Amino acid sequence: MSTTVPTPTPVRSNGPDEAGRFGDFGGRFMPEALMAALDELTAAWQDAMSDATFTDEFHRMLREYAGVPSRLYDATKLSEVAGARILLKREDLNHTGAHKIRNVLGQALLTKRMGKTRVIAETGAGQHGVATATAAAYLGLDCTVYMGEVDTQRQALNVARMQLLGAEVIPVTSGARTLKDAINEAIRDWVSSVEHTAYCFGTAAGPHPFPAMVRDFCRSIGDEAREQTLELTGALPDAVLACVGGGSNAIGIFTAFLDDEGVDLLGLEPGGDGVDTPRHAATIHAGQVGVLHGARTYVLQDEDGQTVESHSISAGLDYPGVGPQHAHLADIGRATYRPVTDTEAMDAMALLSRTEGIIPAIESAHAIAGALQLAAERPGSTLLVNLSGRGDKDMGTAIEWFGLGQTTPEGTPEQADQEQIAEGAK
Amino acid sequence: MSTARAFAAARAEGRAALVGYLPAGFPDVEGAVEAIGVMVEHGCDVIEIGLPYSDPVMDGPTIQAAAQQALEAGARTTDVFRTVEKIAGLGVPTVVMTYWNPVERYGVERFAADLASAGGAGLITPDLTPDSGEAWIAAADAHDLDKVFLVAPSSTEARLAYTTDACRGFVYATAVMGVTGARATSSDLAEPLVTRTRSVTDLPVGVGLGVSDGAQAAEVASYADGVIVGSAFVRALLDAPDRRTGLDRLATLTADLAAGVRRG
Repeated sequence: MSTTVPTPTPVRSNGPDEAGRFGDFGGRFMPEALMAALDELTAAWQDAMSDATFTDEFHRMLREYAGVPSRLYDATKLSEVAGARILLKREDLNHTGAHKIRNVLGQALLTKRMGKTRVIAETGAGQHGVATATAAAYLGLDCTVYMGEVDTQRQALNVARMQLLGAEVIPVTSGARTLKDAINEAIRDWVSSVEHTAYCFGTAAGPHPFPAMVRDFCRSIGDEAREQTLELTGALPDAVLACVGGGSNAIGIFTAFLDDEGVDLLGLEPGGDGVDTPRHAATIHAGQVGVLHGARTYVLQDEDGQTVESHSISAGLDYPGVGPQHAHLADIGRATYRPVTDTEAMDAMALLSRTEGIIPAIESAHAIAGALQLAAERPGSTLLVNLSGRGDKDMGTAIEWFGLGQTTPEGTPEQADQEQIAEGAK
Repeated sequence: MSTARAFAAARAEGRAALVGYLPAGFPDVEGAVEAIGVMVEHGCDVIEIGLPYSDPVMDGPTIQAAAQQALEAGARTTDVFRTVEKIAGLGVPTVVMTYWNPVERYGVERFAADLASAGGAGLITPDLTPDSGEAWIAAADAHDLDKVFLVAPSSTEARLAYTTDACRGFVYATAVMGVTGARATSSDLAEPLVTRTRSVTDLPVGVGLGVSDGAQAAEVASYADGVIVGSAFVRALLDAPDRRTGLDRLATLTADLAAGVRRG
């Protein structure tokens, strides 16, 4: 396997245009107070991406610090159960345990290059917050992370990690107290602090240049996986699958395959209790076109355009919007997006843990669930799945869902728990 | 009825205009109409009616709390038009301040038509700049409505010219790099921003700065064409033990501010 990371070059053919639009989506719907900062950021990012000094340093950090390229793993035992060949892009093995380290190292390095001294970030599950705090510690930047109060409770361990890394974590108590409110709060901070602060945005959404910039920093996932799949199987995969909340890991792996017409791209959205209930976050599947957090995209909203509270068992996917390039790819039919319920995702989490000894993040388990469905539809096909993160952070949810952690006086796990998980793993 | 008229009238009196903001539906639809009526009676020259929105990124905690309360009480976009109709009926130029998504969801052309037929003067759009405002500009022009875009201390000279060029009625100068909210002291960014804005446009310039009393209003009125007050009005209602007390405090505050803009 190659040990060099393929060099990302901006994917001009796939957009956006000068105004940051992907077809009818994207753009920049933001307060005038931030326009100068967004212009400055756009210029700095474009300049950096065409400067070998920057890209070489970025790739050195990815290689030496973040531990990429991540492995491509031939999941033979899972494949046997599924009936198709499933290849896992092991982003869970990266430093901090998720794909997000790529994005934050890129943005933090850009922050230094712009002469700013502080980064702010929003976080849902806490993964992006931890990654940002990590990159800030590594590069000597001050760091403030906004996190919905609800999420600080579901992800207390990540709060502690961020604090240990030297970041200030601010619980957000406004609105629904989740990711979207953390974004609102971070935007408010940025308006007041823009002179010395960069907003390290956690997903490929928001106003231009974030969707394209985050994609560019994450696209090495797909560049590596494409090369690794060719090396392992001698062919391109039949389909590439990834979970989609905001969509950074998905656009990161899709981008390398956009021009490969024979490769299907499948995004798995958080279907929560089911898309026929009000409790889900399947934005492309059930949302309408609107403007949220600075971009035109699909938004879960009511008939007055008020954002509807989303739900997912996975905090990292619990977002009522989606990256505008995904909206565009759905619109032109280049990628398809399907909902996966909480139950399907948790079953897939259990199955991967049992069959391969890999505990995925619940986010990534959505992609595994999608792969199981697709395998049933297309037996014998080769499916490349982005295993975007590891599941340690989700053990609290798993304990509650599966009723784990109880032991009998003899110290053996309850039979009932075992049976329940085994049931889910079928 | 363009807001320009109110600014011209104030200028003729040698003073700045007092622009008052309150969200529609707060504390409820009728309560907002009554409260804004008090503001008009005690000296507001222009009224901004906020359209309550779930994700108000430019608003501080005070206005967000009021908007949240309005939404929880069931405020709808159509209630905003009803409120506009009642307030415009008092003879005061009335604009709506709204984030963009509710307008897009309602239909830009339909929104402009309904706002015009309710007697509204136009829109203030905190998260829509002229760059993305093509549809709104066309609809506003078709329905003879004011387009009030924002300028900020961080706006470049080029953007000041570009933005004010697209405005009608007045220009909204957000003179603090931050969100809405009453502040104890004035920002030293405000006056230079007004000076820079005036160098590129003849439109009146209103300043939103977290003004909360007559003394601050007088200070801003000394260099601006309009003093925009929002959070302080909302706060008066939010903090009051009951509705009657809230309206009394609103009357006192408005009178104090109205005296302030006459001293500036």
